[in-house]
Amino acid sequence: MQLRRVVITGMGIISPFGRGIGTLMDGLVEGRSGVVNVPELAEIVGMRTRVAALVPGIDPKEIPRKFRRSMSSMSVFATLASHDAVAQAGLTEAEVTGGRLGVSIGSTVGSPQTMQDFFRDFSIDNSLERMKSTIFFHIMNHSCAANVSQTLGITGRILSPSSACSTSCQAVGYAAEMIAGGKQDFMLCGGADEFHPLTSATFDVMNAASINFNDSPTMTPRPFDRDRDGVVCAEGSGILLLEALDSALARNATILAEISGFATTSDPASIANPNAANIAHCMNMALLDAGVTPAEVDYVNAHATSTEQGDIAESEAVFSVFGGKVPTSSLKGNLGHAMAASGTLELAACIEMLRNGYLLPTNNLENIDPLCGQIQHVQELIHIPVNTVIKNNFALGGVNSSIILRRYNQ
Amino acid sequence: MTDQEIVEQINISIAKEFELDQDTLTPETTLFEDMGLDSLDIVDLVIVLEAAFSFKIREEEAIRKIQTLGDIHTFVINKKREQENKA
Repeated sequence: MQLRRVVITGMGIISPFGRGIGTLMDGLVEGRSGVVNVPELAEIVGMRTRVAALVPGIDPKEIPRKFRRSMSSMSVFATLASHDAVAQAGLTEAEVTGGRLGVSIGSTVGSPQTMQDFFRDFSIDNSLERMKSTIFFHIMNHSCAANVSQTLGITGRILSPSSACSTSCQAVGYAAEMIAGGKQDFMLCGGADEFHPLTSATFDVMNAASINFNDSPTMTPRPFDRDRDGVVCAEGSGILLLEALDSALARNATILAEISGFATTSDPASIANPNAANIAHCMNMALLDAGVTPAEVDYVNAHATSTEQGDIAESEAVFSVFGGKVPTSSLKGNLGHAMAASGTLELAACIEMLRNGYLLPTNNLENIDPLCGQIQHVQELIHIPVNTVIKNNFALGGVNSSIILRRYNQ
Repeated sequence: MTDQEIVEQINISIAKEFELDQDTLTPETTLFEDMGLDSLDIVDLVIVLEAAFSFKIREEEAIRKIQTLGDIHTFVINKKREQENKA
């Protein structure tokens, strides 16, 4: 098998701060929160959480109707983000459509909103006679990957990993392996999800959604904080354009960073609760894949969703692998948890931290939970050279994933 | 409904569903070339017309022969008159 180095040459971001990597970083550096009170949640019987981080200011009509008719909002997010990633990378039409570019983009599920709309209508009289032709394209699990490929005219490989919160981390890792293995020169990869009350309810019924800050939404989530009370669901899309190093050099492309390692492991300890030893194992596998020692890692970008058990397990795992000196933070205090999009939204921010030499703090981390206290938390923006980053994502279902990101050096 | 009201209702429904400028629609406008519709859109066109005029036309053979907006006008007007005569 041919093994090639894999670099990042483009990023596309649709986040709770809006569109673009610049908009994302402005919000993060300024310490803002994208979380808002969502009044509609108060109208749902049994729903205790009333907060979410929603994407503002996107015009779906930027996408021609012919392509948009098969999209729910998650595919709109993924398509606009993919467009921006390709534009930043400066790929030509021939490079996009000629077979050298593949797609690895997933979501947690197909569109829950379209499902709801369909079944609400269907249940009126048990009739399919009002069913539009494009409903399936909204609800199929590979909706985002398919819609991106159709809209951009991509003819290379296409896959759609789906592992909830680990989706985009896996999508990037698998894409990197395809390029390393010589199967594609370019891969658009990442994840997307659209907000729906069902996602919040999933965490709420497990007592893992934030319910104590409904009237002060920017104060939640609070990763690693003593007063954290659970997940805040978000939406958006993060798409990276990965490229073989030799291709990027031949094109004289701007290299943003290098993907140097990836691991993903199943955690059979529990379908719902993370296990510190298995998280540590995943991080160690990623380090091994990258040929990097724990001492070389400058920063841990944690999954840390602000749940009681998850933040403790990840803290324990980070301590066991890196000790207590490696700066660690979670960006979910700003962005909430965008599920399948969270990995690449956060990875994109890591790329910018690495390029610009600073580390972002965990928003809303005021009083460190003693059970999360053994590691080095970043509580204010630090200017420091950053060469190597590990990015974690862990999913319900027992799916762990870690990526090693490095500053590109010849 | 008068024939003119039916034509207007068809044009409004089609312009809305397929995001077309109603002012550009004439009886000579072709569905595939001028309006840019394809086979998926034709499925939805039938659903839009069924909702607008409260009839079922999916299985009608005449649907398959429609080429222009004028053909739709004629088809729907005839169908409505047929319904009225039965009533």
